[in-house]
Amino acid sequence: MVKLEEYEPIAGKGVIGEIRLLAERLKGRSVQHINSTAVGGGVAEILNRMVPLLRECGVDARWDVIKGGEQFFNATKKIHNALHGADEEISGDMWDIFWETGKRNSEEIPCASDIVFVHDPQPIAMVNQKDGRRNKWIWRCHIDISHAQERVFDALRGQIIRYDAAVFSAPSFARTLPLRQFLIAPSLDPLSDKNKDLPRNVVEEVLAAYGIKSDKPIVTQVSRFDRLKDPVGVINAYRKVKRYMDCQLILAGGTAADDPESVEVFEQVKRQAEGDPDIHVLLMPQNDIHVNAIQRASAVILQKSVREGFGLTVTEALWKEKPVVASAVGGIPAQIRHKHHGLLCHSVDGAALAIKQILQNPEYARRLGENGKEHVRRNFLLTRHLKDYLLLFLSLYETEDMVYL
Amino acid sequence: MTFKANEPFIFYSSLQLVELTGVKAASLAELAGHIRAIGASSIYHHTHQFVRQHLYLSPEPPNDFAYWVSDVLGDERFGEALSAIDIMAYPSIGSIREALISTIERALGERPRLKNLTAPEGEEFDFLKSISFIFPTDYKAHTLGEFSDCLRLVSLDSIYFHMFEARLRLERPTNDFSNWLATSLGEEGSAVNIARIDPYTQTGEGIRATILRILERRIKALADIHSTAQE
Repeated sequence: MVKLEEYEPIAGKGVIGEIRLLAERLKGRSVQHINSTAVGGGVAEILNRMVPLLRECGVDARWDVIKGGEQFFNATKKIHNALHGADEEISGDMWDIFWETGKRNSEEIPCASDIVFVHDPQPIAMVNQKDGRRNKWIWRCHIDISHAQERVFDALRGQIIRYDAAVFSAPSFARTLPLRQFLIAPSLDPLSDKNKDLPRNVVEEVLAAYGIKSDKPIVTQVSRFDRLKDPVGVINAYRKVKRYMDCQLILAGGTAADDPESVEVFEQVKRQAEGDPDIHVLLMPQNDIHVNAIQRASAVILQKSVREGFGLTVTEALWKEKPVVASAVGGIPAQIRHKHHGLLCHSVDGAALAIKQILQNPEYARRLGENGKEHVRRNFLLTRHLKDYLLLFLSLYETEDMVYL
Repeated sequence: MTFKANEPFIFYSSLQLVELTGVKAASLAELAGHIRAIGASSIYHHTHQFVRQHLYLSPEPPNDFAYWVSDVLGDERFGEALSAIDIMAYPSIGSIREALISTIERALGERPRLKNLTAPEGEEFDFLKSISFIFPTDYKAHTLGEFSDCLRLVSLDSIYFHMFEARLRLERPTNDFSNWLATSLGEEGSAVNIARIDPYTQTGEGIRATILRILERRIKALADIHSTAQE
């Protein structure tokens, strides 16, 4: 189990001290996280680290996971996609299963803690218990709902407005709602396999394992094979750069067995890459060290998404001091101030231009990388996330904009 | 001889939680309208959060409004005009608000084409606000020397609180450092010199170094006076 003090050399002594001070003000309060899965996915990943750290600080934190059958999770997947803006048809039966399962979970999991922190739409109906209790309820939305299907959002609205507060990951995700809404960005764990420092020989071994030489600058996009990540656009941008600068491209990501579209996209990308030995399309297993090494070996990291949630792959690249070229979508502009921490783009041509600017100007690339790392250190580490959650808990008991602790 | 203040300077610090207002602007006219109506905590956030988040960058980037105009609406000339608003010259959030509105309205009058600029969908200006949590640190000073020693050790958040937040959000007449040095130690010269620092064009560490230079100069001068008197 990682201890809070282990973050001190990275985040700074002051930050750890502030976390302990805030936790002291919450001593005696209990916090209950509720989500839909104990393993897999970003929310579980964060809670696996966050809950033990809260406990270490003296906050009485617990974590409950709701139960649901296959039909329930089929419905929640469609709801999730529709909130992301996909055109999904959710039948009346699906909604019935969604609400019935929510009601059953609400009856089976007592939410008696001082603060109940519900993550994402799956457990949203837990708020049914609120009326009989005097505790505070937070709904944490990890999804970009700025393009949500209105009828799906409206179906959930009645539940959302019963919470005391909602939390979103980027300013553009917020909606007009009659409750307080807070901005808390996700974070990365600098001590995890995906983000910790790696010795140079490990990076080289990983490149060798995939048959990649480091004789030319590497341009990389790490993302699952999904049209919304625009992998074909990435290849087109690389080709425009390649006319002027010899470089190589890595497209690294996964497909999911239950997602036929990702396999289709992967095949399409392979076809597009045919005939160019400098394009490496890597179907990577869930190997965080390999992802880490590929990112560290790169001269430029690209994230040419058409849509994006927060875009933690961008955060990961910035943390590794890499110059990043990324689309100005979702949470990416919150991470990259154009020309300060990386370059934002809106098209294939824009991405190609930005890659050329970086490859041809190593000093500029170095400066962007340094700024990017410092930006993540101050704003997107797990310790900042923990601090924000503690402030959020405290804010539930305050109404003023200036609070003396 | 070291002069000791009756009331020590207690270093405070502050942490911010960002609240979303749900208010968005897609054009300059909308921006001006919302700046007029939005709460003071939001104006403070957008003119200071950038400085706070990027205290390590040098030279400092502009305020959020200027950044949005330059990089999203694409008018660098007007972005520069907004970033050049001298926040140090305004004693309150209300006066900063008026300066922002008049700068936008004047530009819209002088350059009618600015009225046609609109943000792409999804890149509207989102109005946020800062909730500040203020707390005392363990650092306390009674003398100029102790004050200088503490200033070396406190967090940048603490320096930020006493230099920016105390003056504008708590509407104190000057920054806290200058106020204490003048009223509790009688160090009016150092107080004036610190009040003259423009913290908006330096990194956080740059502000710390500049204040320390002023203090060290004064400490040395006092030591010289003391040794001359003993001779």
